[in-house]
Amino acid sequence: MGSIFQIILQRLALGILTLLIVSIVIFVAVNALPGDFAQAILGQGATDEAVAQIRADLGLDQNYFMRYFSWLGNVLTGDLGISFAQMNFASNMGGDQLVGVVEQIAPRFKATMFLAGVTAMFAVPISITLGVLAALYRNSIFDRAVNIATLSSISSPEFFLAYILILVLAVLNPIFPSLSNVYEGMALGEKLNRTMLPALTLTLVVTAHMMRMTRAAIINLLASPYIEMARLKGISPMRVIVRHALPNALAPIINVIALNLAYLITGVVVVEVVFVYPGIGQLFVDSVKIRDIPVVQACCLIFAAAYILLNLMADILSILSNPRLRHPK
Amino acid sequence: MSWLMNLILILIATAVVPWVFRFAGQKFTGNKPFFRDMPFAVAFGYVAGLLVLIAAVSYYFRPLEVNGVPSAGVIFFRWAVQGFIGFAIVAYLFRLFGRAVGTAGTRKLFRAMPLTAAFGVLVILLYAIVSIFAGSIAPYGQEEIFANANIVPGGNPMMGGDPNFPLGTDQIGRDIYSRLIYGAQNTVGIAFATTCLAFFVGGSLGFLAAIVGGWLDQILSRAVDVLMAIPALIFALLLMTIASVWSNQLGVDRTIFMVLIIAMIDSTRVYRLSRAVGQNIVVMDYIEAAKLRGEGMGYLIFKEILPNATAPLLAEFGLRFCFVFLTIASLSFLGVGIQPPLADWGTMVKDLSQFINFAAFAPNVATAPLLAAGAIALLTVAVNFVVDWMLHKSSGLKD
Repeated sequence: MGSIFQIILQRLALGILTLLIVSIVIFVAVNALPGDFAQAILGQGATDEAVAQIRADLGLDQNYFMRYFSWLGNVLTGDLGISFAQMNFASNMGGDQLVGVVEQIAPRFKATMFLAGVTAMFAVPISITLGVLAALYRNSIFDRAVNIATLSSISSPEFFLAYILILVLAVLNPIFPSLSNVYEGMALGEKLNRTMLPALTLTLVVTAHMMRMTRAAIINLLASPYIEMARLKGISPMRVIVRHALPNALAPIINVIALNLAYLITGVVVVEVVFVYPGIGQLFVDSVKIRDIPVVQACCLIFAAAYILLNLMADILSILSNPRLRHPK
Repeated sequence: MSWLMNLILILIATAVVPWVFRFAGQKFTGNKPFFRDMPFAVAFGYVAGLLVLIAAVSYYFRPLEVNGVPSAGVIFFRWAVQGFIGFAIVAYLFRLFGRAVGTAGTRKLFRAMPLTAAFGVLVILLYAIVSIFAGSIAPYGQEEIFANANIVPGGNPMMGGDPNFPLGTDQIGRDIYSRLIYGAQNTVGIAFATTCLAFFVGGSLGFLAAIVGGWLDQILSRAVDVLMAIPALIFALLLMTIASVWSNQLGVDRTIFMVLIIAMIDSTRVYRLSRAVGQNIVVMDYIEAAKLRGEGMGYLIFKEILPNATAPLLAEFGLRFCFVFLTIASLSFLGVGIQPPLADWGTMVKDLSQFINFAAFAPNVATAPLLAAGAIALLTVAVNFVVDWMLHKSSGLKD
């Protein structure tokens, strides 16, 4: 078992290294801005003194190397800075109750995780069931219909699916609200009701991919000799697939589930904007529009971290579920 | 307790009806193998499918309006069904046409083509024609503003339409029909150019890494690894923030930055594939022979490797085009992509989206945003159908 921890530690170290390099990329990209933050905060009509003051406040007069490490240090201690919008407000209105980026992001991050969790609860069982059924009745009318439907829903843009769902489930048959303004302290039932449409949209997007992978993984295995043997013993097709093929197809299926969860956390941006869901994706897009660099930087880092973490998990889980990888020679 | 009784009745019906269906089938066909060997689940599937079909047909023929109020659900359902059947018939006719006309090669291709792929080819051809000749097809210019804003689609003056503007006008009075057609030129054209750029950069770097190997391969591959660790849409949004500042200062159009950014992000994915494909080709004897002949790098890449990597790269081109197209549409939808006054489908969806809320009492009004979003979806679905068929054909999978 020693080697297994070694492998996992190796992957973990690699993941942390990747995250570090990604943080450098984000830092470099943001600092490639012409002019600097000070001018961006104060706008065009800023006086030189004010610009110099803010530069000193933010430490912009130090060199890039020092700034990167102080930024990294702040991030590691949980200080993501203060958004420009807040600073601008404070300098104009004279308030001193500045809300840090961390406090801004935390509730939204929770909301996004809630949305992703609800989606996963729908998407994973549905896609595996559909995948097994499509593999069982492959090349039947059912398989073709599911194939066409999933291919169409993968390739449609998210906002198209979202508006179709709004049209059908919110406007024509008012079942769910089309605006999902959830807030903290809401009753769970009400929260679920309002999260339903964005969750259904994401489910449509994600299910298609997972289901196709499940079907492909199972069909791949059906050609192997031990399945032939099971069939010759006279076991029913359903049992062949569920008992003999599915356990061996788990590795690719787990992998694709983890990858799709990674997609969920990062791909929620468009869906959150459509439904005005108060998640991190919406904050990100709003900050991109007003060029609020600290928030953009922080969101980017969080998305990248979640993405890398889930990819890492997919990697480790697929090692754990495959004996040949678990005991490397 | 009536709902409990209903539930029990439904459960009993689900258990009994498929069994009766199978039993009747066995009796009436003299125990044909089709019914004799039918598992219960399959019988259930047939019965469920039949019920859905009956429900759909009865819904389709419900009256279009009740007491003067249009029943919007029925209208939308009819449109959807008519569109679906219409496309299926047109695709079928197109396939018949392809089987009868053309060279022996194309006729053979059409003979083995599934209906979905024929549909895909047809739609791609239509989009190509519309986007090339947009200027002469569209009745008005894309930036032309008319006096009447918010004209309802449908062209019926009684309902607030105008026969001069069959799909109505948008919130500042531009003809939606013309903008949809110009959108084909802008959105599809820009996506196509971006994909070509991504393929040129990613493909040549990937082949170069495969040929040269060593430290060049290491540097490029690790750089690509890092870039791919950041989710694509997030990275694109980050870079677009920065590009928006640059474009203000340099006076360069933001759309150009968008093309460059998306091309860079997507070229990493192309690089991965072309490097993997290239590595398999580089070890072949004919590459060795070409190297011994003293051919240069350009010759090796474009004359020796590229022709042998066409099939996987072509399929990747289709998928990559879809991704690029969807990314651009999403960015435009979020308001940071293609900038007005250029007509663009993503922006149109965003601008017109609130009209969907009127769908319940005025179905015509809701069509404008759905048409723009549907135009995006139709093209990506079509490309995916064709790619799916190509992959299926080249992999030789039968099961």
